[in-house]
Amino acid sequence: MFEAILFYSLAAVAVISALLVVTRVNPISSALMLVVCFMATAGVFAILGAAFIAILQILLYAGAIMVLFIFVIMLIGTDPADLKRRQMTFAKILGAAAAVYLAIVLGLAAWRPPFIAAPMAGDAFLSPATIGKQLVTTYLLPFEILSVLLLIAIVGAVVLAKKKI
Amino acid sequence: MMILDLLTALAKVVIIFAMILGVVPVLIWMERKGAAYIQDRRGPNRASILGMRLGGIVHSFADALKLFTKEEIAAGSVSKPLFYIAPMITFFIAIVTVGVVPFAEPLRLFGYEFNLQIADLNAGLIYVFAMSSIGVYGLLIAGWAASGKYPLLGALRAAAQMVSYEVALGLSVVAIFLLSGSLRLQDIVIQQGALIWDWNVARQPVAFVLFMVALFAETNRLPFDLPEGESEIVAGYHTEYSSMRFALFFMGEYTHIIVGSLIIATLFFGGWQFPFVAAELMRSNMDGVIVIGWPAAGIALLMFGMFLVSRFRRRYRDLRDYETLLFGVPAMLFATLLLIAWAGLLTRGYLDNIPAWIGNAVVFAVQLGTLLAKALFFCAFFIWVRWTLPRFRYDQLMNLGWKVMIPIGVANVVVTSAVMVFRP
Repeated sequence: MFEAILFYSLAAVAVISALLVVTRVNPISSALMLVVCFMATAGVFAILGAAFIAILQILLYAGAIMVLFIFVIMLIGTDPADLKRRQMTFAKILGAAAAVYLAIVLGLAAWRPPFIAAPMAGDAFLSPATIGKQLVTTYLLPFEILSVLLLIAIVGAVVLAKKKI
Repeated sequence: MMILDLLTALAKVVIIFAMILGVVPVLIWMERKGAAYIQDRRGPNRASILGMRLGGIVHSFADALKLFTKEEIAAGSVSKPLFYIAPMITFFIAIVTVGVVPFAEPLRLFGYEFNLQIADLNAGLIYVFAMSSIGVYGLLIAGWAASGKYPLLGALRAAAQMVSYEVALGLSVVAIFLLSGSLRLQDIVIQQGALIWDWNVARQPVAFVLFMVALFAETNRLPFDLPEGESEIVAGYHTEYSSMRFALFFMGEYTHIIVGSLIIATLFFGGWQFPFVAAELMRSNMDGVIVIGWPAAGIALLMFGMFLVSRFRRRYRDLRDYETLLFGVPAMLFATLLLIAWAGLLTRGYLDNIPAWIGNAVVFAVQLGTLLAKALFFCAFFIWVRWTLPRFRYDQLMNLGWKVMIPIGVANVVVTSAVMVFRP
């Protein structure tokens, strides 16, 4: 009962804030709404009993990445009046097509649910130790590739930012 | 059973938050008195209620009244919702961090277990970091919403500083949970034991120094209070705030100090462990603890009362003269009663077989008091540092964060893990 109320209120917050991210004109408002969306998602994780993942969601996305986003937006200091009015671009057409596709998939899923009840995960599944062990054993290769990807991103940022290296 | 659980959870939240909020005025008083003594002044000593000054603590309440009754001002250009919500976020984040601090061992009374810890998360330490990492939003939003140059500069400084020092903060405790093998704060405390040289401050002194410095930066206290920087950017992110909204920032800062001190005490100074006396030892020798501890408390109270009474002088020729007597005489009377009751109970043999639940309750109280005493010590340390060190320059701050603390943190993690792996 409590869980259902919590879930639906958090889900509502997540969906509404996600919509606001797209519709706000002011980039700072959009970014802050994205933070709210991350928080609500973290709350959903916490209801599922995955406290560790919920906390990581807040720590990484809300706490680190979005702070940098907002920092950059503030530094650039875009005035809402300076922003271009909406234009039709190729990206928008592609996005609309993707949205229609998603709607079809969701409609099919609602019409003939392909879901099975998820098996119960034990306590060990959600503990930090298990996640850490899985990362350096089973998922070692994706983990390493991701870290190399991040390194490339850092190097790229330095190359773009510095005139002379 | 479920209703009982909910009520217990509610009681815990109320007790812990009331405790933290009750310490805030005391801390403000400590700050002012500490500043005064370091600068060779007397500090606040004028405000009084019916002649009671309580050593200047009445000023904190006078301040609260003043801030409550002041007018709230918002300039026309501010973006209102964000401007109003920013102080709330700051205060909220500062106080919810306390949710994972274990204040004592679980108390077992009549078959029911009471754990004075709001949430016993298995990732408690990460929760602390998550909260401290989103704490910057209050400052960022406040500075941006005020739509002025100085607030914006303060907010940018806050964001840069907090993001930089979070890395050092995180690295410094990696070594801690390598040692304790758990992220639960309760486990970390139990694992440290009661001996002082087993506490993490002795096993990980480098991590302690890093954590302490990074915590100063996270709480925006001097020498890292560049987001406020009165001499450069007026008052930084809270330039435009007045009345209770300003008070929320103010309380948020002190709450942050208290919670930070609790975390330091928990991670590095054995949490609720009483130095050299393990909880089991205390519990198995409860008769002795009470027989010795009771008169010791009585005598300490008696001496405190005698000290107060000895300070009685006719200086002002009004009610204020009697303040020392007003507190000293009841203290002495109560202490005498305590001692008489102790002697009476001891001679009639009531103190021989203490029931287990009284023993558990006493151990609980001792642990709670120990943790609070350690935390108050660090609060005093925060104040001492603030009035001793000057403010950093901005480039010095960034150099210290990125070029000194993070390399030391990484080296500390590497050395610790090497020792853990290759230890014979």
